[in-house]
Amino acid sequence: MSDLIKQTAAQMAAALADGTTTSVELTQAHLDRIAAVDGAIHAYLHVDGEGALAQAAASDARRSAGTPAGDLDGIPIAVKDVLATQGLPTTCGSKILEGWIPPYDATVVAKLKAAGLPILGKTNMDEFAMGSSTEHSAYGPTHNPWDLDRIPGGSGGGSAAAVAAFEAPFALGTDTGGSIRQPGAVTGTVGVKPTYGGVSRYGLVALANSLDQVGPVTRTVLDSALLHELIGGHDPRDSTSVDAPVPGLVAAATQGADGDLSGLKVGVIKELGGEGYQAGVQQRFQESVDHLVAMGAEVVEVSCPSFVHALAAYYLILPAEASSNLAKFDAMRYGLRVFPEGVDSPSAEEVMRASRDAGFGDEVKRRIILGTYALSSGYYDAYYGQAQKVRTLISRDFEAAFGQADVLLSPTAPTTAFKLGEKLDDPIAMYLNDLATIPANLAGVPGISLPSGLADEDGLPAGVQMLAPALADDRLYRVGAALEVALTEKWGGPLLDRAPDLTGASA
Amino acid sequence: MSTAAEVTLVDFDDVLASYDPAMGLEVHVELNTVTKMFCGCPTEFGAEPNTQVCPTCLGLPGAMPVVNAKAVESAIRIGLALNCEIAEWCRFARKNYFYPDMPKNFQTSQYDEPIAFEGFMDVDIPLEGGGTETFRVEIERAHMEEDTGKSLHVGGATGRIHGADHSLVDYNRAGIPLIEIVTKPIMGSREKAPAIAKAYVAQLRELIVALGVSDARMDQGSIRADVNLSLAPKDQGGLGTRSETKNVNSLRSVERAVRYEMQRHAGILDAGGSILQETRHWHEDTGITTSGREKSDAEDYRYFPEPDLVPVAPSREWVEELRATMPENPTVKKARLQAEWGFTDLEMRDTVGAGAFGLVEETIAAGATPQSARKWWLSDMARRANESGTDIADLGVSPAQVAEVQALVDAKTINDKLARQVFDGLIAGEGTPEEIIAARGLAVVSDDGALGAAVDVAIAANPDVADKIRDGKVAAAGALIGAVMKEMKGQADAARVRELILERLA
Ligand SMILES: [Zn+2]
Repeated sequence: MSDLIKQTAAQMAAALADGTTTSVELTQAHLDRIAAVDGAIHAYLHVDGEGALAQAAASDARRSAGTPAGDLDGIPIAVKDVLATQGLPTTCGSKILEGWIPPYDATVVAKLKAAGLPILGKTNMDEFAMGSSTEHSAYGPTHNPWDLDRIPGGSGGGSAAAVAAFEAPFALGTDTGGSIRQPGAVTGTVGVKPTYGGVSRYGLVALANSLDQVGPVTRTVLDSALLHELIGGHDPRDSTSVDAPVPGLVAAATQGADGDLSGLKVGVIKELGGEGYQAGVQQRFQESVDHLVAMGAEVVEVSCPSFVHALAAYYLILPAEASSNLAKFDAMRYGLRVFPEGVDSPSAEEVMRASRDAGFGDEVKRRIILGTYALSSGYYDAYYGQAQKVRTLISRDFEAAFGQADVLLSPTAPTTAFKLGEKLDDPIAMYLNDLATIPANLAGVPGISLPSGLADEDGLPAGVQMLAPALADDRLYRVGAALEVALTEKWGGPLLDRAPDLTGASA
Repeated sequence: MSTAAEVTLVDFDDVLASYDPAMGLEVHVELNTVTKMFCGCPTEFGAEPNTQVCPTCLGLPGAMPVVNAKAVESAIRIGLALNCEIAEWCRFARKNYFYPDMPKNFQTSQYDEPIAFEGFMDVDIPLEGGGTETFRVEIERAHMEEDTGKSLHVGGATGRIHGADHSLVDYNRAGIPLIEIVTKPIMGSREKAPAIAKAYVAQLRELIVALGVSDARMDQGSIRADVNLSLAPKDQGGLGTRSETKNVNSLRSVERAVRYEMQRHAGILDAGGSILQETRHWHEDTGITTSGREKSDAEDYRYFPEPDLVPVAPSREWVEELRATMPENPTVKKARLQAEWGFTDLEMRDTVGAGAFGLVEETIAAGATPQSARKWWLSDMARRANESGTDIADLGVSPAQVAEVQALVDAKTINDKLARQVFDGLIAGEGTPEEIIAARGLAVVSDDGALGAAVDVAIAANPDVADKIRDGKVAAAGALIGAVMKEMKGQADAARVRELILERLA
């Protein structure tokens, strides 16, 4: 493996700035890596080598002219396939969007391009971001770089695996109930779900509009801060985006790396741990807490009693919004069009039905049915209405908890990566993966997941999650960077150094 | 599909003998904002199909809506004009149903939180013997929503989806802001139901024109009325099952559709049948309604708050600011203008009744005298509208053109009879009044030589009449004038002809 690609994005930025490397060299190195290992990993649905190299050459030209577009100009990036990219296929992991090439860029993609980041390609995901394992992709699953027989998490398993396997320095993900954080945990990478409204959703193909957020997928806390600052901020095209300046995230990460957390109050969420959590995950989590204490933080236990209803509320609100969002995929204007068999001159309705039947996978259909039911008259109050009330209660729990602590802590996911196929036939078991990550989406607060180490029983990565009040994303970076320094020191280097070298691997 | 043949229509008076009608009117007003409801696309009417579209109004994956503040302002102004409460906080909601001309397969609308609610409009109904009666129509709500695209069914005889070879969809209209104004059930209207329905829509249209928030062209669909009608047994209260007649696109049709549905319902009920709750199509040409899709209460739009938009919370200061800049109330304005124009009550009632009040007002503003404006609209134009079954406003003659033609009459370039031919030309789209006069050769002959010759011919041909005039019976000149005008094919100034005759026979 080329040493070039083992650097963090921050190191690459420095190397580009001092001329020790070029964007073309960096981009080519990543394309080479993709060529070598993606057959085994399947992190990408679409690789745009030509486009990326052209963007890289343009970046190098800007550098030579002394006019780089920013600190990250020239660092290649991968983008989850749920974000619209002009001229590049965008499938959302679904057959129904096979062949669709958006005529416009998502705001975050436009920001990447404006800042000069070559786009390597689009990463795999559970169909329309519905899943926790990337097995629901219509284009086949992504494999966990730590163990190719295991899931990389989901829905953003492609972005996390690409970053963990050094197929990209960093990537964009989206998080509706944990789709950035849970893949981060099971692949030993860092993932951040920003405050709801902190990053524009324009061009993000909505799963559940009131829960979705775009965020960074990286190997270090500082890299997440760099990417988050780049993509964050108000967008007039997204009415739900917050019209407030992004707090100094990079500064917070830099400050946190000093390792002094005195005066900080950390709340451990009682309801997110214990029963149902793998022993090795719990153990690594406790060590993380101990590290924070060692750096001067005060730890308290906080209770969020409504969190026990979070999963139920989430699986009403999400399908309700999704059932409506997915109605637009009707074969009339774009995407897959299937004509029903044995029908002479089918009506528009018959074509819609046949196309949706052929284009959507089982999990998508399951949630469309669930959501349609939850919104039906006579059931609305009992399901969607109740779920919204639970949502309010969860927000109140957070408010109370943040009255006692500056940041809240829990394991990111209850277990390490499970085996491919293990939970595919048991939706409830699959849904339980997001138990700890869902409350943040329901309340709109920001969260980060970073590696807490390897679980003793299986040697696989576990993650620790930190949550902060809305718009206090900077706290995550300060505390996250501090913990990352302490843990890296303990491990004697980045956790990913212990991941298998994939050269020569095959799926 | 039911046909006219299967329908038994009960005589209107007999309907009233057995039943009480209840109406609900839903009027969609297309706003004239420069851009669409949720995106920056232009709203101009008549552009090439699918040229005024973007990711948002095409419902492309990932695109998001942003509320047009100007549309909110127009909605509030309409609400205020209808004496409504203006919501302090309201949301958009998704109305979910599948239809090919709806890009997202949900319409972004408002559900239980409309921007305006609980208002009323006092409608003036002309009375048989003259004068007007005021009927209060209660407004339930006015809410904001987006229009759908427009389907064009190609092939097949009917232009409808059944039997068509294929369909095309134009999304230029998708996302154009609409305000839907819904009345409460209108009860106790009895025999005046058709007239009340027409007068309500007419007055609403006037109000929209006064507010300047819409082109208010019924013929172009910028105002569309849905007529809900039901019958209940007479004097027993309650509401019967309703039919919803969609897209009734002229004032005259609103009246006719109400009358027709009353007669049709009664025919079914008299025969012991029951009314199907369904949408119906109004056919302007045949004056009947036919069944559309069946619509039961079970039809479920699965409304829920639009999660991509933030609530609309108009500040009370803004609402009061808008209230302060409201145009004059049309009723007050009518009284003021009647006095200004010197119209009698009867003249005013006829003007309003013909749907010509605004047209007369604009014609006077364009320079015509009140009486000449009234004359053209109420005699000539009203007759033409009646004959062709179109709204007087949609004839193709504008108030400015009427004023221009009257100015030409005043200048003796043409006379009243020729003016009518100019109007023929305007309706046929032959150009400006001046162009039509030139092309049709309509200018009056003011050449005394030619006129004199015609007068001489007439005198010679009618020696008896000439003698009477010579004897001082000047009134007899009419016969000679008629003969000269006939000779000149009407293109002469009758007053000048009279002068020439009297000169010669003095
Ligand atoms: Zn548009």
